[in-house]
Amino acid sequence: MIGVGLGGLGNAPGYSHLDLLGLAVQAALGDAGISLKEVDGLFTANMSNILPTLAVGEYLGLQPKVAVGTNTGGNSFVDHLLWAALALQAGQCEVALICYGSNQRSGKTPPPDAPAYEALYRPREPISSYALAAARHMHQYGTTREQLASVAVAARAWAQLNPRAFARDPLSIADVLASRMICDPLSLLDCCLVTDGAGAVILTRADRARHGKQPPVFLLGCASAQTHRQISQMPDLTVTAAAQSGPRALAMAGVAAHEIDVLQLYDAFTINVILFLEDLGFCEKGEGGSLAASGALAPGGALPTNTNGGGLSCVHPGMYGIFLLIEAVEQLRGAAGPRQVPGAEIALAHGNGGLLSAQSTAIFGTAAAI
Amino acid sequence: MTIPIDSILSTPPLSSPGDTFQKFIKAGEFRLQFCNTCRKPFFYPRTLCPQCGGGDLEWCRVSGEGTVYSTTTVRQKPERGGDYNVSIIELAEGPRMMSAVRSVAPDQVAIGLQVTAMLIEEEGVHKVYFRPSGAIAGAAT
Repeated sequence: MIGVGLGGLGNAPGYSHLDLLGLAVQAALGDAGISLKEVDGLFTANMSNILPTLAVGEYLGLQPKVAVGTNTGGNSFVDHLLWAALALQAGQCEVALICYGSNQRSGKTPPPDAPAYEALYRPREPISSYALAAARHMHQYGTTREQLASVAVAARAWAQLNPRAFARDPLSIADVLASRMICDPLSLLDCCLVTDGAGAVILTRADRARHGKQPPVFLLGCASAQTHRQISQMPDLTVTAAAQSGPRALAMAGVAAHEIDVLQLYDAFTINVILFLEDLGFCEKGEGGSLAASGALAPGGALPTNTNGGGLSCVHPGMYGIFLLIEAVEQLRGAAGPRQVPGAEIALAHGNGGLLSAQSTAIFGTAAAI
Repeated sequence: MTIPIDSILSTPPLSSPGDTFQKFIKAGEFRLQFCNTCRKPFFYPRTLCPQCGGGDLEWCRVSGEGTVYSTTTVRQKPERGGDYNVSIIELAEGPRMMSAVRSVAPDQVAIGLQVTAMLIEEEGVHKVYFRPSGAIAGAAT
């Protein structure tokens, strides 16, 4: 531990928990004699934010490489020491910040995680944020509603090969364009499903995995990045932190984008897939719409994407990330049946969190790929 | 702005960043915090500069001028109030904020539109809205 700081002790009327946390962090940086910009690992928890590392990261202006928000109550910060130490030891980050703030005595209780300066204008979240991103992408790059719709059409085509998928009726571009507008330019069929669902994944070290019941699938690389909590604070509405997490994960895996055989890209909204194709390096910035419209993502295409039908057509119970991992594993085991991508050896799974806020990329490979 | 009592304890000024912002808006002044260390303004108000972590902050008036960076129409049934605009405005001074463009129909708000701030009280809260820069202030929404 090289620096400690305190802020807002006692009674601090009018100050939010983040205001007080900001004071403590400032004091700790001064005590350590280091700059805020050197902090690349963030560990925090509180009782006010659903997405604590995003709210705190945004407030402090941090875009950490490692972020842990485990909340088990008041002991959380002691627990965070272990994950901070492991992250530092593994070289995943260089400077770890563990922090907390609360205005329990003086504060009114806002709704959990309500971005204070945006709620005033009544955005309909999350869709409003994604709509704003889609609108900017259309303005800057000429992306069209038809290109967005092609993402939904490709997902549906995969879902039709998946008996587990929720939505399996035929879907056309015209169907998507005709569906009810929710927040321009996104219509109902630009949005993921609302279903129930659960998923689980078990890992061991590689030596034990080789003797398991199923063909092992190996984790080759993984990285996360975050840029904001509130959409108005996103540095560039057309570039997500996948532009950071993707290259880091691929580098860790020693794999290039063109070696990926099958992609799972969190498709909460059609615009997501277009952004991630660009930011992960499958096409140039601005070309994601054309790539989607080319048919490359659909069954038989060169870049099979969301092969279970995705959040748009298979399942989406609010947080889709685990389903990305499960589909990647099934594809690499060769167990995907009618939706199997022939000869798939290396898979990429990319998860999105918040309002394009947090991005995580994982690379998987079969035994043959290692 | 902060006066350390001891070396590891930050003591805040009497009025929080959020309260100070509101007080200025209520008085008809659109002010942002400028960081004297990195010489740039930021939004939203905080106890430290999110660009450099500095605590030497000063409230300065901004011009109120901006450009629509992105925009959407939230669709709502007429009986619930009808469609309305939500935009991200890029202020001339740099920072972006969410707001809404008034004095024009929601579908007339386009990216790139030059806008000017209007300080309005709604339900006891003082908010910053925007109108097209050419429009007359006070025209019907």
